[in-house]
Amino acid sequence: MNEITLSLNGEPARLPEGTALATALQRWGYGERRVAVAVNDAFAPRSTWPQRTLDDGDRIDIVAPVGGG
Amino acid sequence: MNTLNDAHDDALVLYGEAFTSRFLLGTALYPSPMVMQEAIAAAGCDMLTLGLRRQNPAGGDGEAFWQILRESGCRLLPNTAGCRSAREAITLAEMSRELFDTPWIKLEVIGDDYNLQPDPFGLLEAARELIDQGFKVLPYCTDDLVLCQRLREAGCQALMPWGAPIGTGRGLMNRYALGTLRERLDVPLIIDAGLGAPSQAAEAMEMGFDGVLLNTAVARARRPAQMAAAFARAIEAGREAFRAGLMERRQTASPSTPTLGQPFWHTGQQ
Repeated sequence: MNEITLSLNGEPARLPEGTALATALQRWGYGERRVAVAVNDAFAPRSTWPQRTLDDGDRIDIVAPVGGG
Repeated sequence: MNTLNDAHDDALVLYGEAFTSRFLLGTALYPSPMVMQEAIAAAGCDMLTLGLRRQNPAGGDGEAFWQILRESGCRLLPNTAGCRSAREAITLAEMSRELFDTPWIKLEVIGDDYNLQPDPFGLLEAARELIDQGFKVLPYCTDDLVLCQRLREAGCQALMPWGAPIGTGRGLMNRYALGTLRERLDVPLIIDAGLGAPSQAAEAMEMGFDGVLLNTAVARARRPAQMAAAFARAIEAGREAFRAGLMERRQTASPSTPTLGQPFWHTGQQ
């Protein structure tokens, strides 16, 4: 199966071609965590994760709550 | 409406929602989550700011932090700290809305790394878009009158001008500009950033500002909970003073004790 290379929080990551965002998040260990996701600098709502197929070169940002002012 | 008895009726109303406390507190920079929890309790605040940052799977999940915030019962006000463009801020606001299930956003678009000054152009652009999307936008802005007027026209129902650059503790750097904002704008104004001492918070409230947002001054105090309590009293005192109406300043002295009936009238000067 072909692999794609993408960026996960600025670090290179590899996935099988055609992987859905929801599957990728599980695989990366985000499982049930309280996170929000952007793909290529655009918000990716949770409801779209199962259908959203990732492409080679995609930039994924995964964020969680932190202390802030 | 001028007595301490009705202080509880003196709510801060933001986007139609009433808040008892005029003290908004940040959740960064505390020595530990427990110290933060104590500070939140001592502040008696109704609204807490927080942020979003990249989360690596190997990192902690921040569940303890999240638990404290939830148990506080405070309204959460996520920020877009660190965003350098309207686009970045809009995306982060959308992510916050989903994660925290809230339309409230403290909108920050930073224009300069040296003083973390808000970028007025990016801020206005992002505010317009987010208000169109139904967000309740609280923009962190400079004390520029025209910028604030434009933000108001864009639909911001409250504004958060800086007192001084974030984390400096310098207090109200430009009283003239801030006073002008108070004079010219009819929306709630919350001093956000730059305050270091309770006296500065009291000063802002005496000037008629509607609230104060603090983080570093509390979190970096030797005893954060004690400092939070001090700020809470200063904010209340300043608010009461504003509502009571400060006396006018005078150039020359004016005796407070009656001069009529003064004994030994000028006898020593003959």
